[in-house]
Amino acid sequence: MFEQLNRFFAPVDQIFVTTLHWLVGFLPAAWRPVASSMLCIAFILMVFPALFSIVTIFERKGIGRIQNRYGPNRVGIPGTKIRLAGFGQFLPDGLKMLTKEDIVPRAADKLVHFLAPVVLLIPVLLTYAVLPFGRNMALADYDAGLLFFFAVGGAVEVSVFMAGWSSRNKYSLLGAMRAIAQMLSYEIPLILSSVTVVMIVGSLNLTRIVEAQAGHTFGLANWFVFTPWGLLGYLIFFIASLAESNRSPFDLPEAESEIIAGYFTEYSGFKFALFFLGEYLGMFAIIGLGITLFLGGWTAPFACLDFIPSYLWFLTKMLGIVFIFIWIRATLPRLRMDQLMNFAWKFMLPLALLNVLVAGLWHYLAIGPLRWIACATIIIVAYVALGRGLMRHQKLGQRTYRYAD
Amino acid sequence: MLGEQIMRGMAVTAKNFFGSYVSKNRLTTVQYPEERLSQKANTRQFPMLVFDGDPDKGLRCVACTICEKECPPQCIYIVKSKDKKPDYKGQPQLYPAVFDIDVSVCMSCSICVEVCPFESIKMNTEFELSTDDRFEGLLFHKDKLSKSNEYYHQLHPADAKDSDAVLAAEKAKAEAKAKAAAEAKAKAAASAATAALPTTAPATATTPPPAPTPAAAAPPPPTPATPPPPAAK
Repeated sequence: MFEQLNRFFAPVDQIFVTTLHWLVGFLPAAWRPVASSMLCIAFILMVFPALFSIVTIFERKGIGRIQNRYGPNRVGIPGTKIRLAGFGQFLPDGLKMLTKEDIVPRAADKLVHFLAPVVLLIPVLLTYAVLPFGRNMALADYDAGLLFFFAVGGAVEVSVFMAGWSSRNKYSLLGAMRAIAQMLSYEIPLILSSVTVVMIVGSLNLTRIVEAQAGHTFGLANWFVFTPWGLLGYLIFFIASLAESNRSPFDLPEAESEIIAGYFTEYSGFKFALFFLGEYLGMFAIIGLGITLFLGGWTAPFACLDFIPSYLWFLTKMLGIVFIFIWIRATLPRLRMDQLMNFAWKFMLPLALLNVLVAGLWHYLAIGPLRWIACATIIIVAYVALGRGLMRHQKLGQRTYRYAD
Repeated sequence: MLGEQIMRGMAVTAKNFFGSYVSKNRLTTVQYPEERLSQKANTRQFPMLVFDGDPDKGLRCVACTICEKECPPQCIYIVKSKDKKPDYKGQPQLYPAVFDIDVSVCMSCSICVEVCPFESIKMNTEFELSTDDRFEGLLFHKDKLSKSNEYYHQLHPADAKDSDAVLAAEKAKAEAKAKAAAEAKAKAAASAATAALPTTAPATATTPPPAPTPAAAAPPPPTPATPPPPAAK
């Protein structure tokens, strides 16, 4: 029965690929590669900003519900009483953002101030080039895809510091310095946790990495997250990606209650919208990478669900992780700077290094329950020990206040 | 273990998330234009002028300008009338030719209400005053400030009853005074009559004296003596 379903849904699965080939087929052969890339880029530029606008509504509504409010539920089709449960909100929000006055501080470095949001958005968009969104749906099936992702993604830090420095505002500069410190600290566990996957698969090609997780054992997918090192690796990757995308509880760079809006304090109107967009697109990209590395990319979790088109699986996983991001944002308070650094250097980094060793051990031990037990034990012991070390100096209890007499 | 409390916190927020879809009681938000909370008994926004019966003739305000003088942010502007018209007691009184309150200045302290000796200025509860004209739209003139006593009864029933009682007592006092004055006058007239004509039958003394009509005892409002003032614009 699944075979039949598979055969029935196979054209649906490849609908974007076949449409692209059909469209490109009208052109002379010499133009085809360029045209095909252009169409793919246009597709990415349409889909992910659209996803961004929907996710902002989901975020506001979800946080509202967690705080026992309705969230936005008014804006619908103008002129009618249809409200669409508030999902039209992003249109007036966007229009408002685009029609606002663009203010550049008098003391700002005008050129750098103008370039910063552009420099943020371009590398973020470039990272989408190597992500496989579905079966045969990677724009650039690039052999060093993972390396490309991290190398290009590293340019985000430059733009953040450009924004903070050129604004000539103490809050901007403080935010930028916080952002640099945080992003650099968390990039290391982020990359080290991805290294484990590269070690096991033996390739930096993201499509190869997804294909390595494609099989099923006992109906369950062979995703790396279902192995001890993969679970720890994904945990580290997840926490580090929260920090990389400046999301709560690591939102120190734009801590509203402390430094107004951090490095984009002095931005308004369209440039602010670009920062906002870049931040969300960066979040989607890093979530997409996490899915690709550990959650099996576009593969289905169970063999019986294989017939659902691959890009839908990718989208579902992405929205699921985004929901967890929102859920965390609504739950956890912001960390202090020293806590943030302690966590990165004293907990995440040792665990990530250990995880590299565990992945090596996993590779060389024979398949069987022994390697499961050995690897899981090492990881659990290390997690508990490092966790205790992290919490050792904490003295939680009644806070005492001293007042001037 | 590290992360235990985080998981506990996540459980709490998840419970709130799903709970808000299951039970309506959790949601504390009131969907404002459609749903409204009932107002508190002593709620107040900006002042209004109370009138009895006719908005022009029945206006309680006598333009004494005490409120204008007492108003801390100086948001009241009054121009006294040139002529007089009878108040609820029948006394001829001034009335405000112009009575303006700038609600963009008013701070809703209700000191004007406390100092008003005529139970005239009271606090309104209307709060939906948004306008696209921030000068004229927020300067309330006499016609907009005038509200009927029935409306005041709806807003603050207990206070309205109290002020009605005060006014009734004032009126009764004035009437009693007028009556006493009339009786004293009648007595004096009678004694003068008896002194002048001692031989006349005593029956004349017992006849009621012709109704003396001093200004104090004039019948209340419906008096065509003074024409209603033109509405101050």
